[in-house]
Amino acid sequence: MATEPTARRWHRNPSLLSGAVILGLLVLVALVAPLLLSGSAETLTDDTRLGAGAGHLLGTDAFGRDVLARALVATRLTLLMAAAATAVSFVVGVAIGALVHLAPGWLRETCLRLIDSAVAFPSLVLALVIAAVLGPGMGSAIVAIAVAGVPGFARLTANLAATVADKDYVLTARLLGVPGLRILGRHVLPNISGPLLVLLSSSFTLSLLDISSLSFVGLGVQSPQYDWGRLLNEALPSIFAQPSLVIAPSIMLIVTGVGAMLLGDGVASLVDPRTRGAALAPAKAGPAGPAAPAQDDTARAPQASDGAAAGTEQDGLLTVDGLTVRAGDRTLVDDVSFTIGAGQIVGLVGESGSGKSTIAMAVAGLLPEGVRANASRLALGDLDLLGTPPERRLATEIGIVYQDPIGTFNPALRLGTQLTEVARVHLGTSRRQAAKDMVRALADIHVTEPDRRLRQHPHELSGGMLQRASIASAMTTNPRLLIADEPTTALDVTVQAEVLRQFRRINREHGTAMLFISHDIGVVGVLCDTVLVLHGGRVVDRTTGADLRRGTVTHPYTRALLAATPAAVEAGGTLSAVRWTADAHAAQPSGAPSDDLSDKAADRPPAAERSR
Amino acid sequence: MSAGSAVPTGPLPAATVRLAPRLRLGGGWVGFAVRRAGGLLMSMLLLVLVTFLIVPLLPGDPARAIAGTNSSPATLAAIRGRLGLDEPLATRFVHYVGDIASGRLGTSFRFDTPVADIVATRMPYTVQLVIPAVLISLLIAVPLGMTVGVLTRDGRRRRLGVGFGTVAGLLASAPVYVVATLLIVLFSISLGLLPSGGATTPSALILPIAALCIGPAFAIARVVRQETASVLAQDYMRTARGHRLGSVRLHMRHALPNLVTSVLTLSGLVLTSLLGGTIILENVFTYPGLGTEVVQAIIYKDYPVIQGIILVVGMLALLVNLLVDVVLGIVDPRTLEGGRRGH
Repeated sequence: MATEPTARRWHRNPSLLSGAVILGLLVLVALVAPLLLSGSAETLTDDTRLGAGAGHLLGTDAFGRDVLARALVATRLTLLMAAAATAVSFVVGVAIGALVHLAPGWLRETCLRLIDSAVAFPSLVLALVIAAVLGPGMGSAIVAIAVAGVPGFARLTANLAATVADKDYVLTARLLGVPGLRILGRHVLPNISGPLLVLLSSSFTLSLLDISSLSFVGLGVQSPQYDWGRLLNEALPSIFAQPSLVIAPSIMLIVTGVGAMLLGDGVASLVDPRTRGAALAPAKAGPAGPAAPAQDDTARAPQASDGAAAGTEQDGLLTVDGLTVRAGDRTLVDDVSFTIGAGQIVGLVGESGSGKSTIAMAVAGLLPEGVRANASRLALGDLDLLGTPPERRLATEIGIVYQDPIGTFNPALRLGTQLTEVARVHLGTSRRQAAKDMVRALADIHVTEPDRRLRQHPHELSGGMLQRASIASAMTTNPRLLIADEPTTALDVTVQAEVLRQFRRINREHGTAMLFISHDIGVVGVLCDTVLVLHGGRVVDRTTGADLRRGTVTHPYTRALLAATPAAVEAGGTLSAVRWTADAHAAQPSGAPSDDLSDKAADRPPAAERSR
Repeated sequence: MSAGSAVPTGPLPAATVRLAPRLRLGGGWVGFAVRRAGGLLMSMLLLVLVTFLIVPLLPGDPARAIAGTNSSPATLAAIRGRLGLDEPLATRFVHYVGDIASGRLGTSFRFDTPVADIVATRMPYTVQLVIPAVLISLLIAVPLGMTVGVLTRDGRRRRLGVGFGTVAGLLASAPVYVVATLLIVLFSISLGLLPSGGATTPSALILPIAALCIGPAFAIARVVRQETASVLAQDYMRTARGHRLGSVRLHMRHALPNLVTSVLTLSGLVLTSLLGGTIILENVFTYPGLGTEVVQAIIYKDYPVIQGIILVVGMLALLVNLLVDVVLGIVDPRTLEGGRRGH
């Protein structure tokens, strides 16, 4: 059971595989080469300074020794030294890090600061100190590089241990009276082994390259022994006479570096759950990619408009007819139609995953890569949203307010820059005028100290403030349509009410049409004229805000949603979970998934809303 | 950041919200300076202590280790007197710190000249390698990494992505002294274009700087590419796309500032390691900088010179770190609050 997924993981992780193969080959060379090639690598012959040829693939050195053989034989010493240094760094570093973690408060702080200070220096500085104390030589190079690697492991261990120590399972163990060292060994270390492993693999390469560099400048391995660094060192004086001598050790060092890098990348993506997910993503992106060019034509043909669309065109400001959104072969939104008249607020409500935000982003033309929208008609007045509408009109005629006010703002830019951008870029408003307008807009929407807000960065404001600023920004160009994608979800209840009031005020004062998305049927009922209930990417019910407020809805799913809101329960009912599947109701010939429902809704259509 | 959302935003939330950011803003730089000064002092103390320990840690009798096994008692006594080896360790450390504070770094055993003079003549050579190398690395890395990141976003242009990954990975992982050696073979020996050593002409700087740049430039470019990809996937980039901006404004104005923090943080690490790389690299080019000198000093056991140069190189590393933190604080004020090492 364990082997199959492991094999697949390796297969999906080419860098891990190729890195492991390269390093495996090096280990093989380290094992075998000294046994087979010591003779030609170390015997002095009269064939000095031969060029590359049949007998000697890369020629011979000043003492008639085979250059390639020497580079291959040197692999063993090079790898052994690096392994020894890394092992020492690892053991000592992890021990120090763990002890620091267990130490009492003030001592731990002091030690952490000391370790931080040590990490700030290039590792070679510490290595040179050790080399100075012990004098040039192989042993001193190993110790020097080992010591230089200790702070890195110590810091990582201490930092990781600190993050894991707050986890519930460690606290539980502590409450159960498990002693500190045992907690460390049984609960903490195993849970931080991933990042340590990554550091171990990168540390091995660094040690190898650093020890080689010490040998290279004459502080490491001394004649007659030789590692790759020593071979380069010996090649350097005669580099003009025989430049080919540097090739073999250089290649070995580069190959090792690349192998270790690949392995490190591979290990990192294995242990990091985020990249593990990302490693799967490209596999999915594959089929989505080719589907991309097939944009709008596919769905438009079969859904030739039946003339009814022409009627809605005049009445509706926003016309959405037969909207279907696909990501690869998954259908996110299936044949959704509605219109929004001037001054109307249309709500889209449904559980998460019902496709409501996807519809909003399809209307705004902001679907993510690989997600494609088709429709028989998608237009904002005379602006065809399916083609390539002029950017300027899109920017000024559609305002958008997103769900998460904090993520929506660019953390690196001042609010003023972001809020006034559309006006400055698309309307040519001067910076000063745009700022003045924005200050007024912010004041209108009850943002305190609007002057100063414009100079602030988003992290200096609360979520409620940011969301109001975001609404003000969306309104600067006086758009024809305001799309609000779950604008109150990330806010707490008191702020929600205030933000909703602002939407209503804008609608009243400016007559802006709105597409309002929410999973909260209560919020939608309060604000919207018309409400579309979505489930699984289809419209299952069309009703009105008034009906929702009165509770006079007929569709079972809408009633279930209504019953699941705490507000309705306050009246004395019981809070029930929604258990309703569209399949049972709409699993009919797929051509007309929700016709029966929309027909039912069409019996009492609100002013500007019509069924197809 | 999100602490704000917990603030009750009722009818009159102003008072609560208003105070917090202002205090934080003022406290930002002050807190930063205090924290940073503390850390800097600690690092300097550590550096001084480590260099001081070189002599007491010498195996056996330090005087004999310095003078050699067959030296006369008179020589040993002279060395002891000169280094103050007869005094207790604590007294010696106090003297050592005092000397450093007043700019006295001792006298070279080999040349019998003040170490301060040696450092003063050698340091400009090293600095004139390091600074251009740093700037050129960043000038290559950021545009290259960003361009590739934008072009390969969301798994587009897979071939370009793989090709860049391979080439950049290869160049990033090649050690600086190997790159230097190969550059000499190619440009000095095969093509005869550039000098392979010394520092007499400006052209002599080209190969060392190129060798220093290549690794860091591509190491940083790889990270810039990854960061670009992750920034482009953020919600605020969707907002910016919602503003329907041109490609240049979208990427330069909205994406780039968000890369600066991580790129600078990484650059700090790469640049300090670049200092270490210089020490080795100078030896390839027999370049008259601190690196060549310190290696010779270690081989000839010239301890005052070793101590002096390691002190100076260590200080340079601290300076680079401080500089990166200050620039980060200016570019991205959020880093003032936690310090970049938090991540």
